[in-house]
Amino acid sequence: MSDAKSRMVARAAREIAPGMVVNLGIGLPTQVVNHLPADFPVCLHSENGLTGIGPTLPYDRADRNLIDAGGAYVSTIPGSAFFDSAVSFALVRSGRLDLTLLGAFEVAQNGDLANWKIPGKFSPGVGGAIELAHKARRVVVLTTHCDRKGNPKLLEACSLPLTARGRVARIYSDMAVVDVTPAGFALRELAEGVSLSALREATGAPILIPHADIPTF
Amino acid sequence: MKLPDKTAALEDMIATIPDGATVLVGGFGVPGTPFALLQELARQGQRDLVVVKNDANEAGMGIDHLIANGQVRKLIVTHLGLNANAIAAMNAGAIEVEFCAQGILAERIRAGGAGLGAILTDIGLGTEMAQGKQQVEMAGRTMLVEPALRGDVALIHAASADPFGNLTYAATARNFNPVMAMAATRVIAETEVLVPLGGVAPDAVATPGAFVDHVVTLSALSQEYGIVRR
Repeated sequence: MSDAKSRMVARAAREIAPGMVVNLGIGLPTQVVNHLPADFPVCLHSENGLTGIGPTLPYDRADRNLIDAGGAYVSTIPGSAFFDSAVSFALVRSGRLDLTLLGAFEVAQNGDLANWKIPGKFSPGVGGAIELAHKARRVVVLTTHCDRKGNPKLLEACSLPLTARGRVARIYSDMAVVDVTPAGFALRELAEGVSLSALREATGAPILIPHADIPTF
Repeated sequence: MKLPDKTAALEDMIATIPDGATVLVGGFGVPGTPFALLQELARQGQRDLVVVKNDANEAGMGIDHLIANGQVRKLIVTHLGLNANAIAAMNAGAIEVEFCAQGILAERIRAGGAGLGAILTDIGLGTEMAQGKQQVEMAGRTMLVEPALRGDVALIHAASADPFGNLTYAATARNFNPVMAMAATRVIAETEVLVPLGGVAPDAVATPGAFVDHVVTLSALSQEYGIVRR
């Protein structure tokens, strides 16, 4: 992982407050756990029926029946629980999930999220993302600021099919921490070495810049 | 009194599945997938199946055998991103695919298993997932009607079972198995271990045997059940 990505993931880890029930989406968000202290009091939830996700295990120590929703071989910790898929999403939809960190193809300035389908190119199905995005009490996106071709992912409006409308509260990218506000995107922090002009160039919508000093991460 | 014995031969039970059947298949990835039942279904070759499962397994595993054989008419799944063969079959129009949000699939099946007609949910409102679905006003909120889902057959993988069909599951191999085991006309459970009646403590029963029609004991676990080194 590049240094900028690594700092982004480390910064996003500070989003998690003690006592929360948290779902980390497949991919980069899963890496956030590596930046939490081992004794940090948090309940991690996995869609396939686990609360209390323990460390990932190497193949030679893995339990064939114990994976997370991304298929990684994980473990339990004292207090872990297993349950079926209906119970797992009852937890999500009923408001028990304090926070979800999700990846994104596009995020709009009104908080719309597109992260499940690129028509004609990528349509593997919505999985559990739509319920996480609709119902987690706080939805935060962790993503590179631009896609692989350099196109902005933070936009005035999403062009791809939506996962959820108006649910994203904050974006952690490799360039900045950006909040979604009633007035649109608002810069909160800048990654070290990123200039305001570079950020504006890489953002596909207006971004409010604070008058005060901008913290870096 | 004694509880009935439902143990049966795997081949005979799969032979009860007709062409055109709707088949609920447990599992999320490898854990909980009834690979032995699926292998036999692939060998016997029933056709025009509607397969309901969380995912499409991976290439060369589980329901991918059915897709490769051309036995599947329609898949109802939440995600098939780990199976390039399934994506190719979908894109080529060889199979019809209905995507369902994961927890909504579980609730549709649970409703089917609970004798209900449908569930109401706001999941998917404002997205293309709502297209073509009936909307109703309920307590001042707009909701989508998601119809209950039942199978002609459910194929279940248990960690242990007694001859009556009381089932337990291991770790994340539970997933869709308990709801599917309630939601089919004929429920066939394969089990890694068969214990005598009383061998599953009443408090430890995850699926009560009254839901289960047949218990098939696996003599060995094929490689498909093992660790996948990606």
